[in-house]
Amino acid sequence: MSALDHSSLAMGLADPVFGSQLVFRTLLKAFAAPGTIFDLPETISGVPEQLPSAAAAALLTMADYETPIWLAKPFESIRPWLVFHTGASSSREPAEAKFAVISAEHSDVSLSSFHQGDERYPDLSTTLIVVCSSLEGGRPVTLDGPGIKDTIVFAPKDIKPALWAEIAENNALFPLGVDLIFVAGAKLAALPRSTQISGDF
Amino acid sequence: MTMLQHDPDYNFGYLDEQTKRMIRRALLKAVAIPGYQVPFGSREMPLARGWGTGGIQITAALIGPEDRLKVIDQGADDTTNAVSIRRFFARVSGVATTEETSEASIIQTRHRIPEKPLDEGQILVYQVPQPEPLRKLEPSEVETRKMHAWAEYGAMHVRLYEDIARFGHVATTYSYPVMVNDRYVMSPTPIPKFDNPKMDDMPALQLFGAGREKRIYAIPPYTKVKSLDFEDHPFTIQSWTEPCALCAATDSYLDEVITDDHGGRMFVCSDSSYCEDRRAKGHIGKELAVAEALDYVDRGEGASHDA
Amino acid sequence: MYVAVKGGEAAILATHDLVAEERRGDVSVPEISVEQIREQMQLSVARVMNEGSLYDEDLGALALKQTQGDLIEAAFLMRAYRTTLPRFGSSVPVDTATMAIRRRISATYKDLPGGQVLGPTYDYTHRLFDFTLMANGEHAPAATAADHSLDAAMPRVPDILGDEGLMEAEVPPQHDPRPFDLTRDPVEFPAGRDVRLQTLSRGDEGFLLGLAYSVQRGFGGNHPFAGEIRMGEVAVSFVPEELGFEIDLGEITLTECQMVNQFKGSIEQPPQFTRGYGLAFGHAERKAMSMAIIDRSLKAREFGEAAEYPAQQEEFVLYHCDNVEASGFVEHLKLPHYVDFQGELELLRKIRREQKERLAERKEAAE
Repeated sequence: MSALDHSSLAMGLADPVFGSQLVFRTLLKAFAAPGTIFDLPETISGVPEQLPSAAAAALLTMADYETPIWLAKPFESIRPWLVFHTGASSSREPAEAKFAVISAEHSDVSLSSFHQGDERYPDLSTTLIVVCSSLEGGRPVTLDGPGIKDTIVFAPKDIKPALWAEIAENNALFPLGVDLIFVAGAKLAALPRSTQISGDF
Repeated sequence: MTMLQHDPDYNFGYLDEQTKRMIRRALLKAVAIPGYQVPFGSREMPLARGWGTGGIQITAALIGPEDRLKVIDQGADDTTNAVSIRRFFARVSGVATTEETSEASIIQTRHRIPEKPLDEGQILVYQVPQPEPLRKLEPSEVETRKMHAWAEYGAMHVRLYEDIARFGHVATTYSYPVMVNDRYVMSPTPIPKFDNPKMDDMPALQLFGAGREKRIYAIPPYTKVKSLDFEDHPFTIQSWTEPCALCAATDSYLDEVITDDHGGRMFVCSDSSYCEDRRAKGHIGKELAVAEALDYVDRGEGASHDA
Repeated sequence: MYVAVKGGEAAILATHDLVAEERRGDVSVPEISVEQIREQMQLSVARVMNEGSLYDEDLGALALKQTQGDLIEAAFLMRAYRTTLPRFGSSVPVDTATMAIRRRISATYKDLPGGQVLGPTYDYTHRLFDFTLMANGEHAPAATAADHSLDAAMPRVPDILGDEGLMEAEVPPQHDPRPFDLTRDPVEFPAGRDVRLQTLSRGDEGFLLGLAYSVQRGFGGNHPFAGEIRMGEVAVSFVPEELGFEIDLGEITLTECQMVNQFKGSIEQPPQFTRGYGLAFGHAERKAMSMAIIDRSLKAREFGEAAEYPAQQEEFVLYHCDNVEASGFVEHLKLPHYVDFQGELELLRKIRREQKERLAERKEAAE
C-alpha cells in the first residue's frame, strides 16, 4: 500500500453509472473501429501515476470480482487501488487473467502466454491493455479487417518490432487470440484479434 | 450532464451495474469475434422471454443520457411490443425516443432492418429468438458448438441444396443464414432475406441479443456478410410486382394488408417511418384513400386533402 | 399528409386497466388479502417460491394475488423482482439432518430411528368434496397433539445406508468450489450436478412430474424407492465477512426427497445403491420426488448408461423445464410475425406459379 496515496483511494469515476457508460461506449466504438484513436471523456480522478487515465477508466468500467487481472511489473503497485475500486482478484498466471496491463516499452511477456480462448469458446481469451507513451508518431503499420472501411494507418509509440510480429501471429490464430487496447494518456485505440496487420516491422 | 427522469426504484437502465459490466464484456468479445455467439449471464427481465429480453439487455447496457432510442417491430414503431419496449426504456432511463431512423443513435429491432441506410456511429440492436443457425439441423448445443469450432458447415449447404432440388428455390425466406467475415455462419434473426444484403459492409454497428438462449453476437461496421448460396443458384431477395400502395416506393419490403373478405388486398411498406417520410415528401401511392377508409392511415395534423 | 394510425399506446394502457378490473372480479365479493393467500393457499405459494427461486411467502402470496392465481405468471413476477435485489453473500449450507421435522416417511423401512411421521398430508384423504368449506364453515382446526414428542434424532435414511457402505456417497467436487449460480451464469454442457439440481429446483412441477413418470413407465432405466421424504423447518445462517461468525437469519420450510435406486458397481467399487436427490421450498413433495427421480436419471453419463430417453438427456431436460422461459417463447408467437409470414406467402405463391407453368408446358409438349 505504501506506493499509494491513501487520500485518492476513494476517487475514481466521477459518476459510476454515467461515467462507466460513457467509457464503455468509447471502448465499444474503439473495438468497432480498430486503429482509430478515441479521446476518453474526463470522468476520472485519483489515478495512480503509473497508469494512463484511459487504462484506469477502462479497468474501472470493465473489471470486477469476476475478472482476475494480471499486471506487468511496472504496474504491480496499482494493485491496492485496483482492488479497492473493482474487487478484482489478481491472477498469478497470465493465462488466468480476463484483463492484463502490459507496458509496450518494457514488455517481458509474450502475447501467447495469455489465455487464447478455446475453439468452442474463443471469447474466454484475455483482453490486454497496452500502455504506450503516445498513440501517434511511432512506426506505422497498416490495419485491415472488420470495422475498417478500407485500411487505416496506426502508429503507436514504443512498440517493438517483435511485439508487432506477435500481434500479427495473434491475428493468424483467429478466432482464437487476445484482444488489445492501446492507451496513452486519455486516449485509446483497440486492436481486436480480427484485425490484420501489415507493414515494415 | 443531462439529468434524466427515470423510475427511482430501479437503477438507470434497470440493470444493476455489475450486470451491465458482464454484458459489456460480452459485447466487446462479440465485436472482436464477428458472428460468434458469446454466452452471457442473461438476467430475468420484467418482460417475457422471447419478447425481446436479449435486445433489451443490450440496449440497457449501452444506453446513456445522450442517446436517442428508436424501437421497431416488423419495421414499424407502432406495433404493440415496440410500444411496450419503448415505454419500458422511457420509464427506466428517461432517454429521448424517436421514430426517425436517422435521428436515432440506438435502434432496437425485431425482424427488420430499416430501409433508410444507417450511418457510422449508429447502433442496431437485434432481438434474437434463436441465435443458433444450425439448430434445425442439430438440436444439441454440444454438437453445434463443435460445428462452429471447426467451421463444419457442410450440413447447412446440403440442407439449402435439398430445398433447391425439391422446390427449385432455397425455401428459406427469413432467418436466411449468412457467413460473417468468412468464418462464422450466423443467423441474421428472423429478418426477411430482403434485408440480408443491408448487413454486408454496413457502416453501423450491429449487435444481437438472445435473452432466453443467453447469447450475444455482433457484426462490426464494414464487415463482409454473405448470404449462403451456390454458383448455379445465387442468392436473391424478394421483389414485388407493384409499389407500396401508400407511398409508391418500389425499393422497400412490403406487407400484405387484407382489405375485404373477397380477395381484396394491398401492399404497404413494413417500415412505417420510411413510408411516412416518403408521403411527407409528396410521394403518393394509389390506394391512400382506401387505406384511410380502412382507418389504416389518417390525415395527420396540417394535412390537406389534396396532398 | 397521411400518417399511420397509432392506437398501440392507448390500447396497451387499456389492457392494464382491463386486467385490473378482471382481477378484482365481482366487487360485491370481499377482496382477498395477501395474508389470506399466504395462510390458506400455502401450497400454491410454495410452488411460486420454487419456480420463482425466491423464498418469501408474502411476496409469493402477492404474486398470486396480482396474477389472478396464474402460477407461472406469479413465478415470473418473483424472478423479475429477484434479479433487482442486491446480494450480500451466500448462506452457510442448510443441514436437513437437523430439520425440525413435521413429516418424515420412508418407503424402504417399516420402522427406523425416529419412526414414520405422517404429518400433514393429503395421501390418506378421500377425494370427496367437503361442502362445509363452501359454506365458509371450516371449524377451527384442532389436530390433537401426540402424547409424546418426536425423537430428537431423525437420521436420514441414505445416511443409514451410507454407514453400511451401501449407498453412493455424496462427495463434494475437488476443493469444494463455490457452486454455479444459475441466475448469474449461462449454462454450458456437459453440466455439473450443481447446475442440474439448481435448474430442476426451479423447473416446472408439471414438466418434471411428467418426465419422472416417463422414467417409471419405461422411458428410462430407474427403479426408485422413496428412501425418505422429510418436510419441516431448517435454520438458515450467514457469516458476515466483518463478523467472522455465524448469525441466524431465521428458518425456512423445506421438503427433501432422497430416492434409492438400483445398484451399480465395478471391479474397484463394490456394488452400492445410487442416489437421486430432490429439494424444494415449502411443502412440495410431488416436486421434490420428481426432481429426485430426474436427478438420478441424469446421472446416466456418470454411470456410463446409454442416454436413450428424454429424461436422461441433460440438454433436453435442463433447457426445457423452465416454465418462465418456455411460456415466454411459446407465447411470443402472439407477437406480430407478418414480415416473416409475408416472405413465406410470397415464396409459396411463386413456387405454385412456377409449378403450374411447368405443368402447362408439359401438357402443351404432350399435345
